[in-house]
Amino acid sequence: MTPFLKEQAMTLLLEAVGVTKAFGGVVANDEVSLAVPEGSIVGLIGPNGSGKTTLFNAITGAIPIDAGAIRFKGDDVSRLLAGDIARAGIIRTYQQPRIYGGLTTRDNVIVSTAMRTASFASLFGRARSHAEDKVEQLLDFVDLTGKAEMLAGELSFGQQKLLELAMALANEPDLLLLDEPTAGINPTLINDLIDRLKVANNALGITLLIIEHNMPVIMDLAEHIYCLAHGRLLAEGPPDAIQNDARVFDAYLGAA
Amino acid sequence: MDGTRALTPKRCLMIAGLLAVGGVAPVLLPAYQLQLTELLLFMVFALCWDLVGGQMGYNSFGNVLFVGLGMYAAAIVQVGLFYDVGLYNDARGGGTDFVFNESQFLTGLALGIPAAALVSGLAAWLLGSLVLTMRGHYFAICTLGLGIAAGQIAAGIPWIGAGSGMLTPNPPESLEHVSLLLYYLALGLAVLCTLTFAWLLSTRFGLTLNAIRDDEDKAEAMGIKTHAAKVTAWVVAAGFLGAAGALYGNMVRFIDPIQTAFAGATIGVWMILMALLGGKGTLAGPIVGAIVFQLTKELFWTYLLGWQRVALGLLIILVAVFFPSGLVGFVRDRKRAEGKP
Repeated sequence: MTPFLKEQAMTLLLEAVGVTKAFGGVVANDEVSLAVPEGSIVGLIGPNGSGKTTLFNAITGAIPIDAGAIRFKGDDVSRLLAGDIARAGIIRTYQQPRIYGGLTTRDNVIVSTAMRTASFASLFGRARSHAEDKVEQLLDFVDLTGKAEMLAGELSFGQQKLLELAMALANEPDLLLLDEPTAGINPTLINDLIDRLKVANNALGITLLIIEHNMPVIMDLAEHIYCLAHGRLLAEGPPDAIQNDARVFDAYLGAA
Repeated sequence: MDGTRALTPKRCLMIAGLLAVGGVAPVLLPAYQLQLTELLLFMVFALCWDLVGGQMGYNSFGNVLFVGLGMYAAAIVQVGLFYDVGLYNDARGGGTDFVFNESQFLTGLALGIPAAALVSGLAAWLLGSLVLTMRGHYFAICTLGLGIAAGQIAAGIPWIGAGSGMLTPNPPESLEHVSLLLYYLALGLAVLCTLTFAWLLSTRFGLTLNAIRDDEDKAEAMGIKTHAAKVTAWVVAAGFLGAAGALYGNMVRFIDPIQTAFAGATIGVWMILMALLGGKGTLAGPIVGAIVFQLTKELFWTYLLGWQRVALGLLIILVAVFFPSGLVGFVRDRKRAEGKP
């Protein structure tokens, strides 16, 4: 157990223990361990190619891991398929937003609303009247009400990222993994986005694990930060400590 | 999916008009009854192909499998209720030994059609659990193989007539309007198919099919039960294809295993062409596509005999180049570009 958890004395929502994943000779994740307490906002930083997204892929079941364990709500989920992990409560967004391009913006949200807990039979109700208030609220939450009838594939990169966030929130996850949520977002919107993520965490009770390259953003959001470099866990600690950690500094600037 | 699918008065009027046209067409054009029946069945074929190929993005080249299964299933039920199927086929359905009276013929048809839907649906459920785990080209090639294999297998089973095919029961002479009856059954099936699909596409199930088409991995990562959705769509489509096959078999009266039932090179390809012609992934597209296809097919076969396939090929090329999203897709894109989705 990390010192962070002892301080917080919180229950663990997600725990990765010694997660290892190699692609041929490249070890993308080398015995990475991290813990995400329930209700927290945890940051994951590291230079490009340090294995952050690989860890996300491993947690969400997109790729099988070679060794280690991933526990969610105390259960080992490292052998589950992506769909089962999503239904258990872990939803993610992607660096390059992934939305349903041939559907309208609104339909993207409708098809995501509480989808992970929906029974198959319940899918046969009218789409347009499904959780109308919630759908409109979420579209409003990400400022896309005006684009609701546009094809999602025609939205800008930043708008697609916001739509993907709305879809993820609509799905009512327990744990939301965000892969660079502010990348490609108009700088004037970033502060809004930070506020919205805090609201999602506070008011909706969604635990967040965030990959972010924008240091001011992650220092503002996260209460605890893990830093990866070359697939290994380099440092961890509260934002202040990470900010002043010489090893983190070197990793980013490429010093020996 | 395009905007709202609400039943506006204008749409209701249009639907009523279409139904009226469908209702009187065979009476006004008695000489074209067969072509009109075929057109309605083509609509069902194209709609079913599009549910899986267009809405869900799983391009199947083997949907003809379910048409053929339906043909045989119906014929076997129609005959088997009253005679031994093996003996009937040995005798090539002929002679005075195998006569169907009015009630026998109608009972056979009434039970044969739902049986065909059931058999095809069941086959889709069994095959779907395996085949639908494949994606893209792998799925397309696998389904192509299924269609071809089915024809070869059917041609090797003597009980159903093997390579020399099977005749559907001869209607008794006292029944004068059998072809008209088949027409109205086909009309009913086409309407039922359209309504069912319109309903399915208005639900969240319809949206999940579109989500699978656009990004299946994403859909899975969002917790959508993708496999159940895929198998369901495939089974529904197969059920309608089976019923349409039952009617098609009775319309042509003779089921050749490779030329009719599992006719990959004709019906199997045509149903894809019709959907593409009209517009993949739209409800109206396959219907419009079937009408355009059947019209041009009959015209080409009548006036350009010998060159009919060349003309058809040219038409396909023209549509692919100038209307890549199909006729309905073209109109929809234009509307969207004008800013009124």
